[in-house]
Amino acid sequence: MVSNSLLVTRRSLFSPMQPSLFSSIHLTVSQITFHIRKQLENDPTLQDVWVEGEISNFSRPASGHIYFTLKDKSASLRCVMWKTDAARLRLALRDGMAVEAHGRIAVYEPQGQYQLVANIIQPRGEGALYQEFLRLKSMLEAEGLFDEERKRPIPALPRVIGIVTSATGAALRDMLNTLRRRLPLAQVILAPSPVQGVEAPPALVNALASLNKQSPDVVLLARGGGSIEDLWAFNDERVVRAVAGSAAPVICGVGHETDFTLCDFAADLRAPTPTAAAELATQTTLDDLQELLVSYSARLSSSLLNLVAEQKTYTSALVSRLKYVSPERRIQSEYQHLDGLVRRSLSALNHRIELQSRHVDGVSRRLLSLNPEAVLSRGYAIVTRKEDGAVVSSVQRAEGQMRVRVSDGEFDVTRDA
Amino acid sequence: MPKASTKKSEKQIEELSYEEALAELEGIVESLEDGQSPLEDSMKLFERGQALAVYCGSLLESAQLKVQKLAGEAMVPFEEESE
Repeated sequence: MVSNSLLVTRRSLFSPMQPSLFSSIHLTVSQITFHIRKQLENDPTLQDVWVEGEISNFSRPASGHIYFTLKDKSASLRCVMWKTDAARLRLALRDGMAVEAHGRIAVYEPQGQYQLVANIIQPRGEGALYQEFLRLKSMLEAEGLFDEERKRPIPALPRVIGIVTSATGAALRDMLNTLRRRLPLAQVILAPSPVQGVEAPPALVNALASLNKQSPDVVLLARGGGSIEDLWAFNDERVVRAVAGSAAPVICGVGHETDFTLCDFAADLRAPTPTAAAELATQTTLDDLQELLVSYSARLSSSLLNLVAEQKTYTSALVSRLKYVSPERRIQSEYQHLDGLVRRSLSALNHRIELQSRHVDGVSRRLLSLNPEAVLSRGYAIVTRKEDGAVVSSVQRAEGQMRVRVSDGEFDVTRDA
Repeated sequence: MPKASTKKSEKQIEELSYEEALAELEGIVESLEDGQSPLEDSMKLFERGQALAVYCGSLLESAQLKVQKLAGEAMVPFEEESE
């Protein structure tokens, strides 16, 4: 092994123009290659470096490793990415793509080539954007904008669902389809807004503000997948603050599952995709409501049946108690008393009637015995004065024409002077 | 929109939103299960509950997602592009 210092010292002794045939340094190819490798691998700059360039000669053989060349106007660098790192790639690499690759410089000894062994590859500019993302994130985090206590619950059965997204994107179509399938009872208010480009942040802020005037129960802030630059509006400080300040709770569904934006942190709920945002906004679906209705109807019927049964039991219990305390016995005795009175009064009445009728009999008999007709039949006669009809009961009164009444008729008589 | 046949006396129910009707139905079920109301009131509650259940069911059957778009301060119907 040749030491670093030795090589440098020796080289300085000889003019580069005139290589000495008597140089004491003789190395095999392997040795020199190994030496170069050590040189490169001992340089900290080369072991942790971002390299910017354009991809060419991209290939991904069956091994799963990725091979390509990064180049710019005047140089090129061979690159390799091992299978395990390649599996974590978020973007599909292709020739002509401007990227930033992170890795270390290594030497591939069999071909005497140095190359970048990359472990991260991202679109060019992403590094700077990411730094900005981190700066803004920690600033807003320190302000408490992302605090868990700020998160509001999403209503289980929203009536009005607000949507802020592009009116023409697939994200909107996905969300509407999901809402239509899960909760067609809902009313949707769309506040259309561009979702990328410089005009997007102020437009998103305005859309959120005008939507909140309609007092929706929940707001879906969404955008389909795209590059990190495409999603950048959702990392804009103005938009993030508008989300945190929204009167209605916000569900943020931007990009794909692996994309995180600051709006995701500020929102009350993060959804991995627009479709998922629509699902999270409809925790209660039409099916749930139908099930609920069926169970309510069943409970309604059984509660009434129970109630009626309870009332019946209660009523019959009352009836028994009523019978127990009933004045029936007293009523019966009252009846008896009454009957006795009636009987007594009847017999008293009969007695009176009998007495009366006996009395009447006696009187009749006496009356009968007093009937003057009866006396006539025994030979007596009734003499009356013709002139005035007065009964002649003494000699002094017998004068003039008189009528004599006997049992079977009358005749006139005159007193001799 | 087809509506299930409902009687005139339940007109007030038809003015309810789904959420209001469901909430009232829920309240009625709970109150009936509580069993504190007089029987006559309970019968009335039950009848109203049944009407509410029918009404909610008809709303669910006929529900169609209503989509509107904000144009400035105004709301206009939103026409989706056909795919």
